Amino acid sequence: MSSTDTAGQDRQRISLLRVLGPAHVWALGVGIVLVGEFMGWNFSVGKGGAMGSLIACWVIGLLYTCVAMIDSEVTSTVAAAGGQYAQAKHIMGPLMAFNVGLYLVMAYTMLEAADALVVGDLLSSVAGEMGHDALDPRPFVVLTIAALAWLNYRGVLMTLTVNFVITAAAFISIVVLFLGVQPWNPGHMLQHRELLTDLPYGWIGVIAAFQFGIWYYLGIEGTCQAAEEVRSPARSLPYGTMSGIITLLIAATMTWYVATGLLPWEFLGQAATPLYDAARVTGSTALQVFLFIGTTFAAIASANGCINDASRAWFSMGRDRYMPLWFGAVHPRYRTPYRAILFLIPIAVSFSFTGLLDQVITFSILSGLLGYTFMPVNMWMFRRKWPLGSIRRGYVHPFHPLPAIVLLLLCITTYFATFLGYGTQLLAMMCFYIVASLWFTFHRYKYVRRGDQFTMPWSRPRGY
Amino acid sequence: MSGKAYRPPEQGKAGQIFDSIFLLVLVYAVLFAPLVLGLTGGGTITKTVEEPTWEALGQNPTMAAQWEKLGFTPETAAEMITTRFDYTINPWALLLTAAVILGYFIFLIKFSEKEYREVINERFGEKK
Repeated sequence: MSSTDTAGQDRQRISLLRVLGPAHVWALGVGIVLVGEFMGWNFSVGKGGAMGSLIACWVIGLLYTCVAMIDSEVTSTVAAAGGQYAQAKHIMGPLMAFNVGLYLVMAYTMLEAADALVVGDLLSSVAGEMGHDALDPRPFVVLTIAALAWLNYRGVLMTLTVNFVITAAAFISIVVLFLGVQPWNPGHMLQHRELLTDLPYGWIGVIAAFQFGIWYYLGIEGTCQAAEEVRSPARSLPYGTMSGIITLLIAATMTWYVATGLLPWEFLGQAATPLYDAARVTGSTALQVFLFIGTTFAAIASANGCINDASRAWFSMGRDRYMPLWFGAVHPRYRTPYRAILFLIPIAVSFSFTGLLDQVITFSILSGLLGYTFMPVNMWMFRRKWPLGSIRRGYVHPFHPLPAIVLLLLCITTYFATFLGYGTQLLAMMCFYIVASLWFTFHRYKYVRRGDQFTMPWSRPRGY
Repeated sequence: MSGKAYRPPEQGKAGQIFDSIFLLVLVYAVLFAPLVLGLTGGGTITKTVEEPTWEALGQNPTMAAQWEKLGFTPETAAEMITTRFDYTINPWALLLTAAVILGYFIFLIKFSEKEYREVINERFGEKK
């Protein structure tokens, strides 16, 4: 391995570029998540009915508000690449950090797979409507992932600038659809009175819907992955994350309102591209084209952000020797974690090829959920080990420990929601993390330099 | 950095390749295989409706009109409409799942704590 491209061995380590501002942070967070309004959220309608999905949207919105509050405090203080991974390293220890890194990688890689799957499905479906039946979506899956991986390989600034533009275009398409169906004129296009039903499964269905309610917002915490590449983390990260959550709450509410006013809940609960389908039933070609572009852009922006985030988490783990050191390399010219980017491509492509959108999404959701379960414990430990005033914090979130308690309770409820209908998958995912943890503890940890895991200029943690 | 620093062994190329392959095998064996073998997915049941009509499927005229705009007939929409999640709870399965998740987090916190003390002692020196 050369001395110029291998982290850990290099005294003059090549660092990531600090070029990002709050708009990029917003684009990174919302860009990953906005696709959740175009697909995936609607499986919550399948699990609990349209009203159940709305309740899940709001309750899970509360979960993410807690996530954003907690994450803003910790990340604005631990400003290092890897986001929650770097937090876990400094606050809880290597094994937890290894798991958190893996949650991030799996959540983003599965989300990337789901995005590519949707691009392929959408193109196949549109081709079918134009008389070209049985178009194989798989070449489009490969093309999408390969093109975005190349973009990420070439540089972070270009990648996130592209994301900013296509995310804005996708968000505009939701607004255009919302205005196009004339929400001020109920009964004209929107048929909530006739289409909305009672809770088809009762209140247990509402709880079950929490699983896919996560999809409205999953990945917003990805803003923290770019901490090492942000010019002013203490300002940009809380600002970008909070404005991202507000954008998503608005988009989620509009999405639910339009889709449930146009589509029967049984269809909506199983559709691969619900907003595009909603545009189809309006009979307006212009709206249909807008939503085709919006869905494609949202999926591409999301996959783009996912490659960025997953590779940075994997890179950080390589750099710290939690993974083979080979992955901790920065490209000598483009200064991107290029080996991490390339390694994750086949995994994303394979899961896309299954065509099982709800299940690929569930893997992403579960990895995200495990990461959210870590956050309250992390927050308690952070405040206990470094009480307020003991170190400089970029942002202090209010009402501690209330957000942590609410977050933990909502996470437990969402595990139960996933158990309802997707219990086997929940156990498979746990099995994956248990085996990986045993591998790390009894094999991989011996390669880790102990003292190097703590790089922040903080005082010794209280109680140690 | 204080005290005697732990010197980890250098991992050779073969070891790094082996570890990378192990992780890929883990992803494919534990996550991908159950998916493609159909062992996971929504726990659903489907009710069969003989000679389906929109009325028999519980769809009002507005719902039926929207289905038709989407290109469905009662026959092609029947399976989508009659497939329902089965939320019957098996208490043993629930208990097992809860135990696995709880056990996993206890393991994580316990071993992380042990490793964290090593990190802190090396970074700040042994506490006197």
